[in-house]
Amino acid sequence: MTFLRDALLVAGKDLRIERRSRVALQQIVPFGAIVVMLFAFALDSDRTLLHEAAPGLFWAAILLAVLLAVGRSFSIEEANRARDGLRLSGLDGGSIFLGKAAAIAVQLFLLEIIVGIAVVVLYDVSVRGVLVLLCSGVAATVGLAATATVYGVLAGGLRARETLVPLLVLPAVTPVMLGATRSFEAALNGAPSDAWPWIQLLVAFAILAVTAGTVAFGPLLEEG
Amino acid sequence: MKRLFAAATLVTLGVTAVFALWVTPERENQGFQAVRLLYLHVPTAWVAYLAFGVTALTSLLWLIPRTRDAAWDLIAGASAEVGVVFTGLTLVVGSLWGKPTWGTWWEWDARLTTTAILFFLYLGYLALRRTAATADERGKRCAIAALIAFVDVPISYLSVTWWQTLHQQGTVFNPQNKVLIDGSMAFTLVLAVVAFTMLYAYLVMERFELARLEEGREARELAQAIAERIAAEPVEVAPA
Repeated sequence: MTFLRDALLVAGKDLRIERRSRVALQQIVPFGAIVVMLFAFALDSDRTLLHEAAPGLFWAAILLAVLLAVGRSFSIEEANRARDGLRLSGLDGGSIFLGKAAAIAVQLFLLEIIVGIAVVVLYDVSVRGVLVLLCSGVAATVGLAATATVYGVLAGGLRARETLVPLLVLPAVTPVMLGATRSFEAALNGAPSDAWPWIQLLVAFAILAVTAGTVAFGPLLEEG
Repeated sequence: MKRLFAAATLVTLGVTAVFALWVTPERENQGFQAVRLLYLHVPTAWVAYLAFGVTALTSLLWLIPRTRDAAWDLIAGASAEVGVVFTGLTLVVGSLWGKPTWGTWWEWDARLTTTAILFFLYLGYLALRRTAATADERGKRCAIAALIAFVDVPISYLSVTWWQTLHQQGTVFNPQNKVLIDGSMAFTLVLAVVAFTMLYAYLVMERFELARLEEGREARELAQAIAERIAAEPVEVAPA
């Protein structure tokens, strides 16, 4: 029980910092939106093409935003040597991991709603299969947030952290990119039953990532 | 001993080259002469998987307190380096073979795509190795990264396989198209795998030795710098 309470404490801390500093709102959300626009420029605003590629473009935008979110999540620990504070707090490594990953997941989820609205409006997508969209969205977000948090702490305190994290995270989350894109595609094409194997994959990935992070975070936090 | 092993490796590689280039026949449905790339492609792919398997195993041995030894970390790094080079070679050779045979450099086949993902995963691992400051810190971070990468690979393979089977039917690797392997071809293939495994072992041994020397030099230089610094600075007497 204290494990979960500690996790909530850490998540609350991160989200409070974000609410006050407004970095996520003023930088990461506009970033997601401009990426959505850039894709339209790249595809020459061809409506049918944009419409068909919408799920993939949506998740590509989210994947890029994850990199910013995790960079932000660990740069707030670098300032004022907050990382040492976390280490000395006596909180269990696993609960710190869950807290930080949950804070990223909440931010990502909000971002997904905003970017989703942008995609619907700009790419002319009609929303269908809300339940499938929601399930796969949540599972993918948890998997992404957990993986990004593991690699965030893995590269934490290193000189080349900013450039190292994308190289580590992006190849590792290919199953999420594929699974989330395909299940969104199935939902939007009106064939939600096609999405279930992908949702299972996303859930399995999320469980693995959360387990790996909970085990590995403590020892990794002691470094750097 | 090592020199003998190096010589044996060289001889095996030479014999493989002779068999691959002159003894084995060309194949009509495998791009005629291009089929000879098979004797390079299969062993490099095998060595790549072997190398990453060894990296995962030695990383695990480093993480378990009872078997922890600095050597495991160095072997993991050496093996991953060789693995990345051989994965790159596998992709390039496969591409060269694919152009005349399939008519395309790249096919979004599950095996190809997963191999490419593997390449990037371990490039990240090598980048991580280069940035860590101390040996112990590097050992811990890299061992965990290697194990995560190792777990990620089967999931990636599964996801890409599903993607392909759910999307475009009939990829290039259908069983009907398989080459009926000729006796000399099978022999050359086995010989090539043996030769490249020996090459792998030799390269890892050399790389491990080099890494150990590098670490030793760093430790020596640090000790020397500290000694010089202490000698150069006058001893300050604390005010009473």
